[in-house]
Amino acid sequence: MSIELVWHYLVSPSFIHGAGMTLLLTATSLFFGVVIGLVLALIQESQTRTGQVVSFFYLWLFRGTPVLFQVIFIYNVLPSFGIKLSAFVCAVLALSLNEGAYMAEILRSGLQAVKKGQRTAGLALGMTGSQMMRYVVVPQAARIVLPPIGNQMIGMLKLSALVSVIAVEELLLVANQTASADFRYFEALTAAGIYYLAMTTAFMGLQILIETALDPKKRLRMRRVSLTEGMLGTSKSFAIR
Amino acid sequence: MQHFLEIVGINKSFGSVQVLKTCSMTVAAKETVVVIGPSGSGKSTLLRSINLLEPVDSGDIFFAGENITRERKNAHLLRQQIGMVFQNFELFAHLSAIENVMLAPMKILGINLTDAHDIASDLLRKVQIPEKADAFPDELSGGQQQRVAIARALAMRPKLMLYDEPTSALDPEMIREVLDVMAELSAEGMTSIVVTHEMGFARRAADRIVFMEQGEIIESAPSDQFFSGTVNDRAQRFLDQILH
Repeated sequence: MSIELVWHYLVSPSFIHGAGMTLLLTATSLFFGVVIGLVLALIQESQTRTGQVVSFFYLWLFRGTPVLFQVIFIYNVLPSFGIKLSAFVCAVLALSLNEGAYMAEILRSGLQAVKKGQRTAGLALGMTGSQMMRYVVVPQAARIVLPPIGNQMIGMLKLSALVSVIAVEELLLVANQTASADFRYFEALTAAGIYYLAMTTAFMGLQILIETALDPKKRLRMRRVSLTEGMLGTSKSFAIR
Repeated sequence: MQHFLEIVGINKSFGSVQVLKTCSMTVAAKETVVVIGPSGSGKSTLLRSINLLEPVDSGDIFFAGENITRERKNAHLLRQQIGMVFQNFELFAHLSAIENVMLAPMKILGINLTDAHDIASDLLRKVQIPEKADAFPDELSGGQQQRVAIARALAMRPKLMLYDEPTSALDPEMIREVLDVMAELSAEGMTSIVVTHEMGFARRAADRIVFMEQGEIIESAPSDQFFSGTVNDRAQRFLDQILH
């Protein structure tokens, strides 16, 4: 094995581009996945019959088939209906639709974990339904759903490797192509592995940061520590978001 | 004379169980009314129907001269004028004590942070726990939480306070501190309706006692009259039971 070659791969434009593509796929799919999940969770929350049926059907469909199947299906079948999309868009579409199903369950469990009495207290103060959601339910639910969403973020990063089958130039495809061109599997795949680990590590760090930011106690304690603020008398040891 | 709050023949059923049976009562401004009765008698439902948390099936509710019974869209505007305190406190778990008090004035009334902070500080002083302003609900005792909850309700400057068994979830040694705050508010002329089993409080602070049983208002009498023994048999039996 050659360390120089691993380094060479790591800094090569094709690997950097591949890693960038993986990151872009992950971020975009996660974003749309959360949006879809949120819509589904709110539909279920609304308790209407049609809503229940729609969200059940969605979950049944997208949790019930492999992601790889969905990727291949969207890429190969949509064109025969006259819908021509780039491989990247197909990849994002498939990953988002799939992610949405899992996100819906996570977000729903978060919303349900905020007890009914908290909502009643918000309403009793004179909040409208949306104010109550925004200031009482969502801030509490956000803290509950963050760890499972962190899981999903990392899961999505790894899932994105699947779209190499429809020739999206993401990290694994680049590594595999490079490896077979140079006959240097060990070095090429090691370079890809390093990128994957670096990105998941960054995601874990991000999760810890967000968890701290959302934890009201840690937030408050951090503010109290700020001595200069205190001495200048500008300390606002309270923050309502 | 126009009553501050007038409830006229309200009915409410949950499924096949009728929890309120043609209940009528009136509350004058600055009056403190204590509602007593065995559990399951509809006391809490009566209270929750007043601020429209529980829509009634029939009957009318007048608040400050207006019929509010069928108000749906603007229910939140009505609730802004009516404070409510719950058995389980229901402080917002993600906010500190003072933030709990500040939230509604800031987000509902649009009061700025500095003013809201002043209002909240004053109220925490009023309920005797200014030192706990930065504590979170899970760091407070039950009695402290309930006093913050009272301050939170007062922050909206309500015209009426509803207390739904405010001391039932408290350890005995903490009941007093909450009742003292409530009694003080009543003495200052805050119109209040209190569902409670605390007869000591009823004697001390109530202008009138309403006795409910099985969804009916059996008796409504000035408190001195109620406690001097000239009451309805069923009310007397209940009183004997809870006073041992």
